[in-house]
Amino acid sequence: MKKLESSLLNMLFVLTFVTVIAVGLLAVVNEVTREPIAAAAMRTLNEALKQVVPAFTNNPVAEADTLENGFIVYPAMDGEQSVGTAVEATAMGFGGELRVLVGFDAAGNIYNYSLLAHAETPGLGSKADVWFKEGGRGSIIGKNPGAETLSVAKDGGTVDAITASTITSRAFLKAVNEAYQAYHGNVDAATGASSQATATQQSDAHTAASAQQH
Amino acid sequence: MMSNKVKVLLNGIVTENPTFVLLLGMCPTLGTTSSAINGMGMGLATLFVLVCSNSVISLVKNLIPDMVRIPCYIVVIASFVTLLQMVMQAYLPDLYQSLGLFIPLIVVNCILLGRAESFASRNSVGLSALDGLGMGLGFTLALTLLGAVREFLGTGKIFNLTLMSEDYGMLLFVLAPGAFIALGYLIAIINRFNKA
Repeated sequence: MKKLESSLLNMLFVLTFVTVIAVGLLAVVNEVTREPIAAAAMRTLNEALKQVVPAFTNNPVAEADTLENGFIVYPAMDGEQSVGTAVEATAMGFGGELRVLVGFDAAGNIYNYSLLAHAETPGLGSKADVWFKEGGRGSIIGKNPGAETLSVAKDGGTVDAITASTITSRAFLKAVNEAYQAYHGNVDAATGASSQATATQQSDAHTAASAQQH
Repeated sequence: MMSNKVKVLLNGIVTENPTFVLLLGMCPTLGTTSSAINGMGMGLATLFVLVCSNSVISLVKNLIPDMVRIPCYIVVIASFVTLLQMVMQAYLPDLYQSLGLFIPLIVVNCILLGRAESFASRNSVGLSALDGLGMGLGFTLALTLLGAVREFLGTGKIFNLTLMSEDYGMLLFVLAPGAFIALGYLIAIINRFNKA
């Protein structure tokens, strides 16, 4: 077959045709993969939830509450009894956004955590997925960020930072501290403290968090 | 005598290896090879897109007027990349998590446009697919090798298997400067053998 000539009409027609086919194809694939993509994200979240809070019987995802400041709070209940709360928090790490799911037990101590997404350097900052866990060198499990704000040893804190990854460690601890503040504000609201008190506390929390950044 | 088909296939893997000989697509090469598995994943993703885009472009080469061929090729390549991205996100979420950032970069990888322009727009569908396969395999092998070297020197592991204690690792090799150094030495070594 002879090659199509580069006339204006031919070019217009071919470009339009190629684009329309591409758009159609992508629309179909988007439709097909939408459900599995949502399901995969849900599965990851549910797996993470099981790890970070004590065994629960409710559906924390269905009962999740998105706070005004963007934190998502997942309550974990065993029957009628609240056994813990998981909070999704984000902070800017070394390579990009660091999304952490932090679990607290009913007393507000850190039960466990899970890195949902990160873009830290492999072999360095990426170690944050186990470093701060039970048995890791910088374990934060069982600590209560309400009693002492978590910070790395270099900043006068008590947590061992990941070797050669202080920026990642700071970002991670910032996310954990902020998650605690979000959890704390949420628990107070649930136990019937006046809304004004909660608001003050939250703004206090905010000031504390921003003061800590400097 | 080698048959034409074998020659086309080997061309991409050895004679004109995109990474070590043509030096095309350096951005994903340097960016994704911090570990062997990441390099291999990026290579395989590129391989898939390259075979698809080469075949389709060869199929429609006579329907596309010369003056608009580049935008048409880009649309074809970008469509396949987006398609791959959505499919990976749906069915291989773990791999997508580690490569997600780099998948859209395949669109601007010059290997794809380069092969479309210099090979697929001049040859039959079968040969173009073979060329895509060869080039893709060459790219995959190169990225896996570079990733393995960097992972080993940086952390003492290859494919997450510990070969030596992490304490001896030189972190530099996992970071960006290590990518340039390792790639430079690999190219030097390969040139030495190609000349012999």
